[in-house]
Amino acid sequence: MTESSKPTTGTQLVKRGLAEMLKGGVIMDVVTPEQAKIAEDAGAVAVMALERVPADIRAQGGVARMSDPDMIDGIIEAVSIPVMAKARIGHFVEAQVLQQLGVDYIDESEVLSPADYVNHIDKWNFKVPFVCGATNLGEALRRITEGAAMIRSKGEAGTGDVSEATKHIRTISAEIRALAAKTEDELFVAAKELQAPYELVREVARTGKLPVVLFVAGGVATPADAAMMMQLGADGVFVGSGIFKSGNPVERAKAIVKATTFYNDPQVIAEVSRGLGEAMVGINVNDIPAPHRLAERGW
Amino acid sequence: MAALGRLGVDALEVRRVAELERCDGLIIPGGESTVMQRLAEAYDLFEPIRDAIRAGLPVFGTCAGLIMLADRIQEGIVGQRTFGGLDVTVRRNAFGNQLDSFEADLAFRGIDGPVHAAFIRGPVIQEVGSGVEILSQLHDGRIVGVRQGQLLGISFHPEVTGEDRIHRLFLDMVTSR
Repeated sequence: MTESSKPTTGTQLVKRGLAEMLKGGVIMDVVTPEQAKIAEDAGAVAVMALERVPADIRAQGGVARMSDPDMIDGIIEAVSIPVMAKARIGHFVEAQVLQQLGVDYIDESEVLSPADYVNHIDKWNFKVPFVCGATNLGEALRRITEGAAMIRSKGEAGTGDVSEATKHIRTISAEIRALAAKTEDELFVAAKELQAPYELVREVARTGKLPVVLFVAGGVATPADAAMMMQLGADGVFVGSGIFKSGNPVERAKAIVKATTFYNDPQVIAEVSRGLGEAMVGINVNDIPAPHRLAERGW
Repeated sequence: MAALGRLGVDALEVRRVAELERCDGLIIPGGESTVMQRLAEAYDLFEPIRDAIRAGLPVFGTCAGLIMLADRIQEGIVGQRTFGGLDVTVRRNAFGNQLDSFEADLAFRGIDGPVHAAFIRGPVIQEVGSGVEILSQLHDGRIVGVRQGQLLGISFHPEVTGEDRIHRLFLDMVTSR
């Protein structure tokens, strides 16, 4: 009879594995333990703990940083589902602090003000897994190379305008399809053009998908938005300002969860879309001057 | 689903009662048990699944699925319910948060050689009733795999490590019924 071995923690397999368990689900931005409970009760698979939702960061301006540890502790205490928290791009000490606090995932996020305009965090140095934003395949693969265990589209956070999220998931999917159609000898140049390591490019070309889970984020505000992202091939959805900046967060949170589960069923989506009250007001991405677009942070 | 595909099983995702009724066996996968309960209730699947389990449907629960099969749970959220059927007490998130998630090789009764398993914010089986067979334990003795009648429950995710043998064990339970 074989003996059971001692456990090994912090491996790439368990980091990517947690994201696998979140597939098909909704991850909600929350700023208080009360909101975290509402999200859990509505059926969120995880919550993102932050101090201000992107819509407020946008409205109030200033430097946006990692949240107060007391606030994150309060949210970890309040719920039993996984808790994620955001660190600034390149701010590896904020990430060390979040790992110390015991968050389940770190989002190295363009929603906060970048701390380093050249380097992202070396995510291999951490036991806690990371999710990172991407606007295209090359960016996604560079983040995976740095150790990201989950990718999300960036979209344009805090707007309630889903068009950028649509663009990013479509771009990533189209680039994967194009890669899968290439011959072996074309992959060397493809890797150069994607600015990503050849081995990883080859893996994506061969499997026809990213080696990690791909969620959509940035501008999702309605059940139909969420279902559309799923139909476009997302593994799940992040909803930031869309829930707690709306008229009826409790019902909207539940509705978005159901629409994400039954994304292929217009009857269900119609049913859950009724009587939700005001959606978040929203800003058209085209009305935001380019320097204020968050998706352009990170590279 | 990928694991079942490799094993040549005609598999479908169950979201509705009609889909449940087509099944000879049911796998309740990993995820969040609180979410599963809410969705099962919202789509009127909770009672049908519980009744099907009582009527002898073979069910295999992994991680959150094990929680859903347990008669008793610890560390659940207020109002958390399970389908039940396995006479065990299961503790949710028993190892802690994601930093404590791990991989290990396990001895597993009925399978030759080690099973490579990923435990991701997994539960542990704290107590088992007299009719429950223990299939697997961690190196420190904590119980992570059990069987009782037509129900098979494990704390970990064999599919994450590409391990098909426990799924095959379950298929044998379904086909020999």
